[in-house]
Amino acid sequence: METDKTINTDATSESSQELQTRDMMLNVGPAHPAMHGIVRIVIDLNGEQIEHTDVEIGYLHRGFEKMSEQVDYNGVIPYTDRLNYVSPLINNMGYCMAVEKLVGISVPARCHYIRVILSEISRIGDHLTCVGATAMELGAFTVFLYMIKAREYLWELVEKVTGARMTVSYCRVGGLKADLPADFSEPCAEVFKEVRKVIAESDKLLTRNRIFVDRMDGTGIITAEEAISYGITGPFLRATGEEYDVRKDCPYAVYDQLPFDVPVGTRGDNMDRYLVRMEEMEQSMQIVEAALRDIPGGAVLVNSETGREIPAAEMVDLAKMGEIESISGGCAVAGPTLEGSSGPHHLSIASDEKRVSLPAKEDAYGNIEGLMRQFKLVMMGHGLRPPEGEVYFPVEGANGELGFYIVSDAAGQAYRVRVRPPCFAIMSALPLLLQGDMIADIIPTFGSVNMIGGELDR
Amino acid sequence: MSKALIQTVTDQFPDAVIASHAYRGDQTVVLQRDGLVDVASYLKQQPDLQMNLLVDVTAVDYSVFGKQPATAFFASSGVQVRPTSGIPDGDPWPGPPAEARFAVVYHFYSTVHKHRLRLVIPIEESDTELDSLTPLWSAADWLEREVWDMYGIRFRGHPNLKRILMYEEFKGHPLRKDYPVNKRQPLIGPIN
Repeated sequence: METDKTINTDATSESSQELQTRDMMLNVGPAHPAMHGIVRIVIDLNGEQIEHTDVEIGYLHRGFEKMSEQVDYNGVIPYTDRLNYVSPLINNMGYCMAVEKLVGISVPARCHYIRVILSEISRIGDHLTCVGATAMELGAFTVFLYMIKAREYLWELVEKVTGARMTVSYCRVGGLKADLPADFSEPCAEVFKEVRKVIAESDKLLTRNRIFVDRMDGTGIITAEEAISYGITGPFLRATGEEYDVRKDCPYAVYDQLPFDVPVGTRGDNMDRYLVRMEEMEQSMQIVEAALRDIPGGAVLVNSETGREIPAAEMVDLAKMGEIESISGGCAVAGPTLEGSSGPHHLSIASDEKRVSLPAKEDAYGNIEGLMRQFKLVMMGHGLRPPEGEVYFPVEGANGELGFYIVSDAAGQAYRVRVRPPCFAIMSALPLLLQGDMIADIIPTFGSVNMIGGELDR
Repeated sequence: MSKALIQTVTDQFPDAVIASHAYRGDQTVVLQRDGLVDVASYLKQQPDLQMNLLVDVTAVDYSVFGKQPATAFFASSGVQVRPTSGIPDGDPWPGPPAEARFAVVYHFYSTVHKHRLRLVIPIEESDTELDSLTPLWSAADWLEREVWDMYGIRFRGHPNLKRILMYEEFKGHPLRKDYPVNKRQPLIGPIN
C-alpha cells in the first residue's frame, strides 16, 4: 500500500533538495467518532490529499431481504421501519404501496393523504438530522441541538398519530393502522412554526458563516453525469442541477395534486446539497399544509351510531357468557392505544377489499366475521396471498429513490423482496467524491451523503 | 398501459428477446444473456430512449417457486386476491423463466423521457456468469457485487468482484433459496 516516492520540495532551486515522502494509509472506522454510522473507509493519503478511497460496508447487515421471505406480507412492515430508521414512515409507505400494486388494489384518498402527510413530516426529520449532524461535525454544535429539538417536535407529531417515535409500523397493506387524531392540523401548525423558526435560525447561523461555507463550498463535487452514472437520486442528485424527483416525475399517492417545487442546485458540492435540503424542508411543510387543507372526509370523532359502546374486554366477556344480543347492536370501544382504528375511521382509511386489509379493531374483538377476517389475515399459514407476479414500486425517500421489487408465487409470504436503498448508490460514489480533496473534507462530504446504516446494509 | 419500450427493444433485437410483458404496467423484457450488453448500451445511447439511470440490479432464485412448503396445517386456505376493476389485469404475468434457476433483474429509468424498463436475464445454475455493465454505468459496480455476494452470480469484466455485505470468509450465498435462514457461521475478525 505504501509507495516510496520523491518530490521536489523547491522546484525553483537548482540544488533540488529532495525529500523522501510516501503515501500513507489511513483507516477511518468502522466505529469512529467523526462517522455517524458503522462504515470503514480506507484512505490512501498523499500528504493531506486523498488519493484513493476504499469503502467497506456491511457492518449492519441484518438480512432484511431474507427475513422478508419468511414472514407474511404484513409482517414485513416492522422490518421496513428499520431500514431508514430516521424516516421509517416513507419505508412503510413504499413497501405497502408495492404490495398494493402487486395485489392490484387501491386505497381511499384519505389514506393516501395521511401517508403523504406523514412521509413529508418524516422527510423534514431526516433532513434536519442530516444537516444538524453535518453542522455539528463542522463545529456548529448549537445548530445540531436546535435541529434535534425541532426533530423531536416532529417526532411528537408522529407519536400522536402512530404511538411511536421511530419504529412506527404505521402503514398496513391496504390501509393504515389508525386514522389521524382529531384536529391534527392544530399541533401540526404549532410544530411547523417552531420548525420554521429553527430553520430560519440555523440558516442565519450557517449559510453565510465563514467557517461553515469554507468547509462546504467546493468540496465533494460531483457532476450531474457522474451522479446519474452512479445511480444517485434524491437531494444529492438535485444538488447537481438534475431535476429528478419521484414525487414529480412518477407521481404516486396524491403528490400530483399537491403544489410544491423541486429545489435544484448548480454545482453539486456540499454547500448545494445543504441548500437543497434546507429548501426541501420548507417545501415538505407546504405539502403537509396543503394536504391537511385538502384531505377528504375529516376524522369521525364519536362513534355514536348505535349509542351503545361497550369496552372491548367487556364485550368479549359478554360473548363468552352467550349474551349476544347486546353485542349485535353495539360496537366496542377500542382502548386508548387503538384510537383512530375503530370502524368509522377505518372505513375512510382502509381499502374495502376484505381479503387484504385488516378489520377495524372493534370488529376483530366484537363479532365473528371480524374475528375471522383478522384470523385469516394474521395467522401463520393464512394471510394475504397476492397473485403470481413481480412489481417494482419507487417512492421518494429522504435520500432518493426508494424502490421495492417484490416477486410473489401466490403464497402467504413474499417470494422475493428487494429494496433499492437510496444511500447505497451515494456510498458507492464516495471514492469519487473524496478523491483529490483534503482529509478534513471527508467530514462534510460524508455528512452530506447522509448514510443510514439500516438501509445501506439492510 | 404503454408497451412502446417493449416494442422498440423487440424490433431492434428480435433474436435476443425471449419474452415480454407489462404486468401491472411495469414494462419488462426477458432477454438472452448474450444480448444484455448490446441491449443495455442501446437503451442508454438511443436518443428516444436515453435510459441513463441504472436504478437497480438484483436477482431472484426461482428454484422453489410455487413449491414452498406449507407453513401451517391450514396453509392452503389463504385468501387469494384478484385485483379490483380499477386496475387492469389484462396483461398477465407469464411466470418465472423456464428451466433457469436464477434471473438477474435490471431496472432502468430515463430522467429525460421519464420511462422505466425492466430487463430480466435467466441464468442457469450450471453457468452462472454474465457480462458486467460496469463499463456503461458506475452504479453497476456495487450492485453487481451485491448480486455476487447474495446469489453467487459472476459478472464477466467486473473490476472488483468481491463480497460487499458479507465478509470474505463467508461460505455460501445467503439469498439462495437453499441457504437455511437460521444457519450460523462463525464471524472471523478483520481481514487486515
